[in-house]
Amino acid sequence: MTTPLVQMKNISIAFGGVHAVDDVSLDLYPGEVVGLLGHNGAGKSTLIKILSGAYRMDSGEIWINGAKVDIHSPRDARNNSIETIYQTLALADNLDAASNLFLGRELTTRLGFVDDSRQEAETRRIMARLNPNFKKLKEPVSALSGGQRQSVAIARAVYFKARILIMDEPTAALGVHETKMVADLITELKKQGLGIFLISHDTREMMALCDRVSVMKNGQVVGTERVEDVTEDDILSMIILGKNPKAAA
Amino acid sequence: MSDKTESPSHLAPRRSLIRQLELDTRLLGMIGAFVVVCLVFNFWTDGRFLTPRNIFNLTIQTVSVAIMATGMVFVIVTRHIDLSVGALLATCTAVMGMLQTRWLPGHLGLEIGSPLIPWITIGLGLLVGALIGGMQGWLVGYRAIPAFIVTLGGLLIWRNVGWYLTSGQTIGPLDETYILFGGITGTLGWFWSWVVGIVAALAAAVGLWAARRNKISHEFPVKPVWAEIAVIAITVGAILGFVAILNAYELPDRVVARDFAAYGCAQAEGCTVAYGIPFSVLLLIFVAVVMTVIATRTRLGRYIFATGGNPDAASLSGINTRLLTVKIFAIVGVLSALGGVVASARLGYHTNDIGTLDELRVIAAAVIGGTALSGGIGTIYGAVFGALIMQSLQSGMAMVGVDAPYQNIVVGAVLVFAVWVDIEYRKRTGAR
Repeated sequence: MTTPLVQMKNISIAFGGVHAVDDVSLDLYPGEVVGLLGHNGAGKSTLIKILSGAYRMDSGEIWINGAKVDIHSPRDARNNSIETIYQTLALADNLDAASNLFLGRELTTRLGFVDDSRQEAETRRIMARLNPNFKKLKEPVSALSGGQRQSVAIARAVYFKARILIMDEPTAALGVHETKMVADLITELKKQGLGIFLISHDTREMMALCDRVSVMKNGQVVGTERVEDVTEDDILSMIILGKNPKAAA
Repeated sequence: MSDKTESPSHLAPRRSLIRQLELDTRLLGMIGAFVVVCLVFNFWTDGRFLTPRNIFNLTIQTVSVAIMATGMVFVIVTRHIDLSVGALLATCTAVMGMLQTRWLPGHLGLEIGSPLIPWITIGLGLLVGALIGGMQGWLVGYRAIPAFIVTLGGLLIWRNVGWYLTSGQTIGPLDETYILFGGITGTLGWFWSWVVGIVAALAAAVGLWAARRNKISHEFPVKPVWAEIAVIAITVGAILGFVAILNAYELPDRVVARDFAAYGCAQAEGCTVAYGIPFSVLLLIFVAVVMTVIATRTRLGRYIFATGGNPDAASLSGINTRLLTVKIFAIVGVLSALGGVVASARLGYHTNDIGTLDELRVIAAAVIGGTALSGGIGTIYGAVFGALIMQSLQSGMAMVGVDAPYQNIVVGAVLVFAVWVDIEYRKRTGAR
């Protein structure tokens, strides 16, 4: 049995008495897509923000590749090859694609200045692979379409060779064609052996893309199942009722 | 009417010309506004506005506010504000005034007139500015108190700390080396002004050409060679023209005649001495260049603009936005102290009301120069131009003899109008 890429063990976090995430354990294997489902406020995003370093958990452990790690900041997460694509995209609208792609990890010249030319050249190269239609390299990203912005966010994860990718509603703001593009990319990255946590409201999309799904309600995991073992209705009832029909059966 | 119908065909080639030269249209707009202001006042004053003498005065009057405005750009870009720069300037000049006239002489073996005094004074003054600014930044960044409140408190505190330190007295006369930073008392003279001008022109030309080579090496599109050469020619022309104007302003004949030997003349007759570039203007150019490099070429600058554009994105990218806030306010503190050196050196004294209302001039300069209060947008050269435009308006109206209340009414109206034009411009061109 291979070592899990990520093991989150007994994670808890509370905000002012509300247990946003309550004793949750999850794991993720290389080349696997694990979907997180649940109502708004079920704790999915909070759990994922702990892994990406945006929040600090109150208790619990995170293991990466069989070794326990401390993740206190987004920088720690990046150092563990964890990249996150946020629902809100987390791009600085006033900067161009290259500046966003390298934000916090700028390429510098020997004198320590930001090497814009090299950054732009690298951005050109990666964009040619991910989204060949991407031409607006000089424009601030506010001038880009939803799909183009999404490809900047994804390029960031791909360029820095993430091994663990967190995607929080990656297709929420996208059109049909762009959603297809993201789906293709997930399949492609999966083949390369990345582990992906995917958050979405779209149950059908999740059934198509994920290997396993975990359903959360009120900060707890209702159940984790392989997609081939459950129907869409099973998942819906887990989301709504907070009970795992398979466990009951 | 016929003009209007023809205008599109006239405009089209001109627009593409600007595009081919890859000139910054905002910069052009600001230069245009400045030129209009100058021409109007020149006409109104029967040609007295655009004389070497007035241009010289205009530049040295602009320096103090312009230096601080370059720092204000960073503050406003990160969605903060600093209302305390004028008061901070006063505290710093009070400290520097007391240091050089009271505290340092008689200690450490230093006497009045010692060559070390001005430099120790300036060093400590900048340090005080950095510490006060950094402390305000800490309150904003780490304690999450709105910058408006912290610096509003600062405005009251530092204005009166300055008062307390000097017991409200005018401190001076200041050190002779120190006052060289004031403007008319410290200039490069004819020869060195040309040396500096020619070196700067060469550096600009080489720099622009090197940037082109760098683009080619990465296979980026570059503008045609003729356009590149045109831009270089305009830049070099502007630098040398500026030096020529400052060198055309000469010391009054009577002053030279009194001591012609000291100016290297064999006889009083025909002996002319040019002022040349003031040290304070060199200081401003140096500050503007360094701040521009920080803004566009360093990680610090990239993080400042990223934080201004989307604070959440910046912190999720691993940027320490709290420490960044401390750094930004410390930079403004240092620049306020530096503005204080120039302002007090120009007067020759520290006065109790030095820098009063400077915070508003500095903010206005940054905003007229295109810095958006919503964050993420602003340029250093814009702020310097903003300061220059404001000073031109104020000096021009004073020369024309506009009544004092009207002067401020006009400046206030221009501030609001300039921001409105900028907002409309952004809407038309689509962001940026």
